[in-house]
Amino acid sequence: MNKFFQAIKRWVDGDEKLKIDNENVNIKSNVTIDESTKYFLEESKKEKNAFQRMTNWFNTFGIMYYRRVYMAISILTCLIMITLLLLTVSFLPQFGNPSNPANNEVSRRYITEGLKETGAVNLVGGLILDYRAFDTLGESHVLFCAVIAVIILLKLEKDQNKKYYLKELQDLSDDEKYYDYDNQVLKFATSILFPIIMILGIYIVLNGHLSAGGGFSGGAIMGAGLILYLTAFGYEKIEKFFNFNTFKWISLFGLIAYALLKTYSFYTGANHIESIIPKGIAGNIISSGLILPLNICVGLVVCSTMYAFYSLFRKGDM
Amino acid sequence: MEHLAFCQNFPFFTIIMTLSSGVICSILKPKKAMYFQCIVIFATFVMSLITLLFTLSTKTSYAFMMGHFPAPWGNELRIGPFESLMATCFSGIMLLSLIGGMSHIFEDTEEKKTNLYFCMISLLLSSLFALIYTNDIFTGYVFVEINTITSCAIVMLKYRGGKTIVATTRYMVMSLLGSGLFLLGITMLYDLTGHLLMPQLGQAVNLLVESNQYMFPLTVIIGLFSIGLSIKSALFPFHTWLPDAHGNATASSSAILSGLVLKGYIILLIKIFYRVIGLDVIEVDQVTNILFVFGILAMIIGSIKAISQQDIKKMLAYSSVAQIGYVYLGIGLGTNLGIIAASLQILAHAFTKPMLFVCSGGLMDVSGGSKQAKDLSGAGYRDKLTGVAFTIGGLSMVGIPLLAGFSTKFNLCMAAIEYGNIKMIMALIAIIISTVLNAMYYLPAIFNLYHVRHDDSFKDVKAHYHFSYAIVLVIFILLNFSIGIFSDTYESIISMGLSTFG
Repeated sequence: MNKFFQAIKRWVDGDEKLKIDNENVNIKSNVTIDESTKYFLEESKKEKNAFQRMTNWFNTFGIMYYRRVYMAISILTCLIMITLLLLTVSFLPQFGNPSNPANNEVSRRYITEGLKETGAVNLVGGLILDYRAFDTLGESHVLFCAVIAVIILLKLEKDQNKKYYLKELQDLSDDEKYYDYDNQVLKFATSILFPIIMILGIYIVLNGHLSAGGGFSGGAIMGAGLILYLTAFGYEKIEKFFNFNTFKWISLFGLIAYALLKTYSFYTGANHIESIIPKGIAGNIISSGLILPLNICVGLVVCSTMYAFYSLFRKGDM
Repeated sequence: MEHLAFCQNFPFFTIIMTLSSGVICSILKPKKAMYFQCIVIFATFVMSLITLLFTLSTKTSYAFMMGHFPAPWGNELRIGPFESLMATCFSGIMLLSLIGGMSHIFEDTEEKKTNLYFCMISLLLSSLFALIYTNDIFTGYVFVEINTITSCAIVMLKYRGGKTIVATTRYMVMSLLGSGLFLLGITMLYDLTGHLLMPQLGQAVNLLVESNQYMFPLTVIIGLFSIGLSIKSALFPFHTWLPDAHGNATASSSAILSGLVLKGYIILLIKIFYRVIGLDVIEVDQVTNILFVFGILAMIIGSIKAISQQDIKKMLAYSSVAQIGYVYLGIGLGTNLGIIAASLQILAHAFTKPMLFVCSGGLMDVSGGSKQAKDLSGAGYRDKLTGVAFTIGGLSMVGIPLLAGFSTKFNLCMAAIEYGNIKMIMALIAIIISTVLNAMYYLPAIFNLYHVRHDDSFKDVKAHYHFSYAIVLVIFILLNFSIGIFSDTYESIISMGLSTFG
């Protein structure tokens, strides 16, 4: 009995060799071992008392088991969420049924009165830029926020304090190293396609109130055109007409003009003042009041933003 | 149609001004952007104050039509005493925390990107205004998006690489999950009702409940709203992103994030509960009970986590988790009095936590830029004003009478007692335990500031700050006392605001 207690005491104090031979622990390949786990594995080889061994266990195998349990729980949560949401969808009103609650006086007025009240043949354009213009104003600022956040994260400033200057990043951003601009096929195809794409984009923006499309879709097409041009001809050429300053001023102009035009319309609307902007004849290119200029503003902002995203991710600059 | 007074346009002006000034800041030089932004925020503060006085004089709320189309077709803002009080406090605190951490903003951000910080702050403020004022649930979602992106950006702006990027990534993933759930809730609710404006939604939901239709989807929708917005406001099981994000950002960002950003979502949730779904339906669906339990857990676990922190900013961040728990405790009671107490807690925390974060910035300045408790010992002697302000903030968080924390805890207790039943006992015990735990980390932190070590390496550091910093701290201290002493005034404005919610 006495021996037994002595053995326990030795075990608690850490005299006895650890039962687990850490060298031969078979760690499954799907569990990644980071530096800290390695450190604790090294540590665990030294002789320790019971408490330290316990901490070591938690830091090595504990974390391993924890990760497995964590993964199992997350999969389970996702499955429960999926089942619950699918179940909910089965309780929702049947899609396309005319007696659905969503088909009420709100959408009815949009459809029947939309053309008369907004002057836009494209009802969606009238809806987002006149009935619910405040949401769209917010939405275009969401884009602006996103591009500013990307600028904060990725834009490399050349003449910075030494504190922030990272030589490696500067090398990586050297565009000429990674792209060659001697691809004649691409250049030829682009010189044909680029004008067509730009004209299509401009057409969709200008006809936003007449046909399907509008500022967002047209702007995206023009942005794609600029990206194609950049891929074919490189920064040297595109910077002749589009660089960071152009981007800044275009966004500024687009958003401020949008905000000012809408301020006028919101202000007159709320104060029950008759707006002086004529609706024009529906179907004409110059018609539907503010929707055309708003589409142009949105188109400019979206176009420059798309290009800015691409360029920032590629080079860290524009 | 009655004519609007000119000052009734001010809430709309504040939103549009802050949106546009953010855009303008992106092309200004940093210094100019700073002055421009401070002027704009001050102007919004004055406008909100005038709106508050106007709504108090009329004692009603009014709807502001955004455009030429009336309610169910166009967007709308809704302005009452509650909204304008929140907007006034938020813009004021935004200005104070911005000026308080100004020197850190210029130190912590890259030289050429400092103007973008002000740009983001401006857009953040406009999104907060919109969340407070909106009468349209989808407008709420759009501005939740702006809020998400800008708040991630102001965490990220500190340094390239390192901890802040990791913290931001976590923050962004969790935050986007929250907005995603919220958006799902909105789409489903639209499918059931066909409306997006809150009053019409409220009526439609009422009809559904009366005719007992679609009860299962409605419960899921309430769940999605609650979970989505509580992820974004860091309620207990979803709080894991908060300490890193708030602990690593620059002082102003931390102050704004925990003082204001978390609260914007809670105000939106309160508005949805009150105006869209109705407190009775919430009560029947047991959502309040769930929020109540998690609120209590947040109060206790947030505080326990805070005790073990050596890093002062992390300690404050965990304390925010606990304080958010108080807000949800009030909401979880599901009564009018409970929500009034929760709103008062929103204000009290918005007045106190930014002060503590700004102070932590000042204390770090006189301790070689370290956030660790051992380096901060004796900092209260090196920078006396900051030490005093931190002490008052800490005591307020613990709940000493005359300070903000006391009045909110008192109100929460009263609301719990009015509710009666098992929740009263749970709430009272939780508040007592949490108060003791609060004292267990704030008091050592305060004592540490006035404990000089023998091997103090920063003994000769002298505090030299801009006079604006001192003014900011004095105003913060006064505001804290104002809630502590005149809590009745704030309460009556809030209850007046909530009574016009209907």
